[in-house]
Amino acid sequence: MDKLLPRLPFADWIDTGVDWLVDTFGTGLDGFADVLEGVVEGSVDILDLVPSILLAFIFALIAGIISTRKIAFFSLIGLLFIDYLGYWFPMLQMLTLVLTSVIFALVIGIPVGILGSQKAGVRKVVNPILDLMQTMPAFVYLIPAIFFFNIGVVPGVVASVIFAMPPTIRLTMLGIQQVPKDLIEATEAFGSTTWQRLFKIQIPLAKPTIMAGINQSIMLALSMVVIASMVGAPGLGEEVYRSVTQLKTGVGVETGLSIVIVAIILDRVTQYAGNRKKKLGGHSL
Amino acid sequence: MTEEYINKKIVVKDATKIFGKSSGRAIQMLKDGKTKSEILKATGATVGVKQVSFDVNEGEIFVIMGLSGSGKSTLVRLLNRLIDPTMGQILLDGKDIVQMNKEQLRNVRRKKIGMVFQNFALFPHKTIVENTEYGLEIQGISKKERNEKATESLRLVGLAGYEDQYPKQLSGGMQQRVGLARALANNPDILLMDEAFSALDPLIRKDMQNELLQLHHDMQKTIIFITHDLDEALRIGDRIALMKDGEIVQIGSPEEILMSPSNEYVERFVEDVDLSKVLTAGHIMKKADTVKVDRGPRVALRLMKQLGISSIYVVDNANRLLGAVTAQDTLEAIESEKSLNDVLISDLPMISPDTVLTELFDVVSTASIPVAVINEEQKLQGIIIRGALIGALSGDNDFINKDGTVDSEEQTITGVK
Repeated sequence: MDKLLPRLPFADWIDTGVDWLVDTFGTGLDGFADVLEGVVEGSVDILDLVPSILLAFIFALIAGIISTRKIAFFSLIGLLFIDYLGYWFPMLQMLTLVLTSVIFALVIGIPVGILGSQKAGVRKVVNPILDLMQTMPAFVYLIPAIFFFNIGVVPGVVASVIFAMPPTIRLTMLGIQQVPKDLIEATEAFGSTTWQRLFKIQIPLAKPTIMAGINQSIMLALSMVVIASMVGAPGLGEEVYRSVTQLKTGVGVETGLSIVIVAIILDRVTQYAGNRKKKLGGHSL
Repeated sequence: MTEEYINKKIVVKDATKIFGKSSGRAIQMLKDGKTKSEILKATGATVGVKQVSFDVNEGEIFVIMGLSGSGKSTLVRLLNRLIDPTMGQILLDGKDIVQMNKEQLRNVRRKKIGMVFQNFALFPHKTIVENTEYGLEIQGISKKERNEKATESLRLVGLAGYEDQYPKQLSGGMQQRVGLARALANNPDILLMDEAFSALDPLIRKDMQNELLQLHHDMQKTIIFITHDLDEALRIGDRIALMKDGEIVQIGSPEEILMSPSNEYVERFVEDVDLSKVLTAGHIMKKADTVKVDRGPRVALRLMKQLGISSIYVVDNANRLLGAVTAQDTLEAIESEKSLNDVLISDLPMISPDTVLTELFDVVSTASIPVAVINEEQKLQGIIIRGALIGALSGDNDFINKDGTVDSEEQTITGVK
């Protein structure tokens, strides 16, 4: 069937657009990329200076402070197991990459979520973008990311940030909007400013929901690291990717298991951070 | 503003709220005198409050009552602009709140108007004292000062000792006390209470009503009270505005609303009301037949014969009630040359004119002679006879005194001197 309508060259337009962006902003972005790469790799190097067993204890201690003794114990055993398998350094690389991505996702996502919760106009713009970010196959982000940042840590971080941000934005908006209307009326009736209403009432009450969003963002960032390894992001993902290309089932399972252990630790600890207030006899909505 | 509003705390003129998009056309239709449903049909806009005008005196409890959907909750929110009126004026102390900018409005809300909500609207993540001091906190008042005021406010509503609990740990009645304390902590002139007691069970509700009346008596705030419960309205309102379909159908004292409903709607509304809780002794008392004590037993007996009664009340020269004498005793007094004082029965059932009928039944049913109604100075106001009590309860207006008073002058008898 011959085309009745001429085929519009969307792909060409997008390529041209990306080229233009690279030409125009490339140099500025190079600087940013260098800094980011330096920070990530520097952090990994510093963490690696600490003996692995000691660091495993420190991580377990942090988990224990935030959550429960049980989770702390699991963390310790899990991390020592990863060390025993010999994936300690790639694990550190992955962890740093994930945490860096999540920090970016939160720094951008939470303010956008707050803004979206206040203005219907912002929501109308943000929601379709979020849909796009979540449904577009993650690999697609990697292609322009390479143009902008070459291969390595930075395109991995950028792709993870884009992929991990939507839940934080969505659940921040949702949590704030779900604060009961009569409480909003009460703050208004006493003469609160918008700022006071947000920071004294809405955000504290939305905190469990926002924490659930952060938890989801961490999980998504973690799931991105394997994909990011295709553009040269280092870490456990890289090991998984290599085992796939070389058809090494054993290594694949070992590294995959290590990722699962890290995922469980991060998930439990952040989930607990979100629900902590309830357990102290506080509130729930 | 003009002089006529000097003693008016709140003056509402033509306040209107239209929900929906085509409010411009709806306003025009309103001005043309179209009804709520006609406007809804033609424009799709809902008229929440329709050209409502009323004023509230300083220190009074003004009740706005109506069924759900009558616009009463919208109306009360117009008063502090939680909902912006589509048109009309709302003057607080002569200043039009509708014209205020955000900053001025915020100040009015912070200093002048407190609000209590139907479902309490306490902040679940704050303790009781933190909830109470919220209004002060957002004004930037120091931690120490606001804590003092909040603690005092909690003490007023009987919640001292609960400061560090969370709202969830308190019962409904206690939570609403916190709501009240929170509104009082700012020391506002005006208290808006939106169905404040509707979510409470009947016994707690009655306690809260009593406490509110007591607080009102002590603090003399102007209170706007929203309710759908007529009994509640009659109990606490100095004046009541009855709303229907966004309009006020009648404003008046509880008595006026009950005794002379302005239209069929009000009449239907009040027909089920328990009259025994509303009518007072003053409403049903009859003129008392009395004799002054120094007139002596012969005059008293003659008076009783003339009036055809078997006992008569005895008063002093200032019309203060001393007691009563029966015909039998008076006759004996004449025979044995005693004075009226010697046969006086001073142990009489006596009540004040404000006593409601429910509290009368017991006294009236056990009394052998009509029950005397006296004021604070012991002066006789009138008497209650059983027939009038029953007649009034059956709704017969012949037995009800409209103004709640009756002349009670000493009987003067012709031919006796």
